[in-house]
Amino acid sequence: MYDAGKILLGLIIFLAFATFPFYTNMGKAVAKPDPKLDTPVIQQMKVKQCVESKEFMRAEHMQLLNHWRDAALRRGERLYKGSDGRITEISFQNQCLRCHSNKKKFCDECHSYAAVKPYCWDCHIAPKEAKNEH
Amino acid sequence: MSISRRDFLKLAGISSLGIGFSATDLLWKNRAEAVEYMSSPKGLTAKRWAMVVDLRKFKTEEDYKRVIDACHYIHNVPDFGNLKDEVKWIWTDTFEHVFPFQKNEYLPEGVQEKKAVLFCNHCDNPPCVRVCPTQATFKRKDGIVAQDYHRCIGCRFCMAACPFGSRSFNWRDPRPFIKRLYPKFPTRTKGVVEKCNFCVERLAKGLGPKCVEVSNGGLIFGDLSDPESEVRKILSKHYSLRRKAELGTRPSVFYIIGGDEDA
Ligand code: SF4
Ligand code: SF4
Ligand code: SF4
Repeated sequence: MYDAGKILLGLIIFLAFATFPFYTNMGKAVAKPDPKLDTPVIQQMKVKQCVESKEFMRAEHMQLLNHWRDAALRRGERLYKGSDGRITEISFQNQCLRCHSNKKKFCDECHSYAAVKPYCWDCHIAPKEAKNEH
Repeated sequence: MSISRRDFLKLAGISSLGIGFSATDLLWKNRAEAVEYMSSPKGLTAKRWAMVVDLRKFKTEEDYKRVIDACHYIHNVPDFGNLKDEVKWIWTDTFEHVFPFQKNEYLPEGVQEKKAVLFCNHCDNPPCVRVCPTQATFKRKDGIVAQDYHRCIGCRFCMAACPFGSRSFNWRDPRPFIKRLYPKFPTRTKGVVEKCNFCVERLAKGLGPKCVEVSNGGLIFGDLSDPESEVRKILSKHYSLRRKAELGTRPSVFYIIGGDEDA
């Protein structure tokens, strides 16, 4: 054991780095995401239901968006018939965001919590967040 | 207490099943059976979309400006204000540049000076598609050479391959250089290439290209494979040119030059 001291020091530094994220966030309660659905368009819907079930959309919306992109852009198929038979126009910017016009309180709420930065908004124009828009 | 080898294997088998069968798998499966993707019945379709540019109808600066502004507005094409960064879907150039081998000093008056309206030729044999390493550029069944900006890595191979300069690269973030944002269409981002898309988003809704709509008859759009289409009728009556046809890309954009109305 010639270099026990150095090895120990190295180990301590390594541990300090590896656990850094835990220490810095410890004790800080990050508010649980609470996405809001109270946009004018959603308020007016009789049945407040997205193109698929809430559970499905929550877990799989990113996959669905990829499928939608390929269908619309590559195959020119711009209508989607969901599992309940309803037909929706495929368009992120003109369809998804028509209901979910509250990017900050809907999209960002969870994305920020999960620390994901989707690049949708680099190209797709986010709706204007007017309070009482129509 | 010990577990027999047989019981252990049973247990392991069951748990490995569970791993493959996650809840989201079930969600996708339940859904996949009912789900369908369809084209809109309202949409316009063709075997090969094509454009005829009747240059006789372009007389004033305003005639050119109108079609360019209309396209660039509804597609959020940025204006960087300098030639080096220029991004364009539709533009103009001199007869000499557009048809370099057609020039001679005895052409009818006015032809030599006439500017041509230019956009992507939606070539039937498109070199830009062949070189694109990500298939971001591809040819649709209806002949439109389309681009999936999500997939474009900005390698600019397509720009090198296109003999018509139909593509532009975004050297900078285009957003601040779009004077009036058109909220129904996306913008592009820094590091991708863009070009005319023959208005696929409008065709899907049953509308023709925007530039055609505002051209006062100077631009004609239709199915080249249909002998009854407007483009075919015009082409059968007038002598037309295609840009650099000798290169074999088979452009789908045709030019009627003509010195005067009944040329
Ligand atoms: S004009 Fe250029 S960009 Fe357009 S299809 Fe032909 S080669 Fe491709
Ligand atoms: S710049 Fe984009 S579209 Fe062009 S070849 Fe590269 S990946 Fe394909
Ligand atoms: S066909 Fe559409 S995208 Fe192409 S130049 Fe005309 S308006 Fe622009």
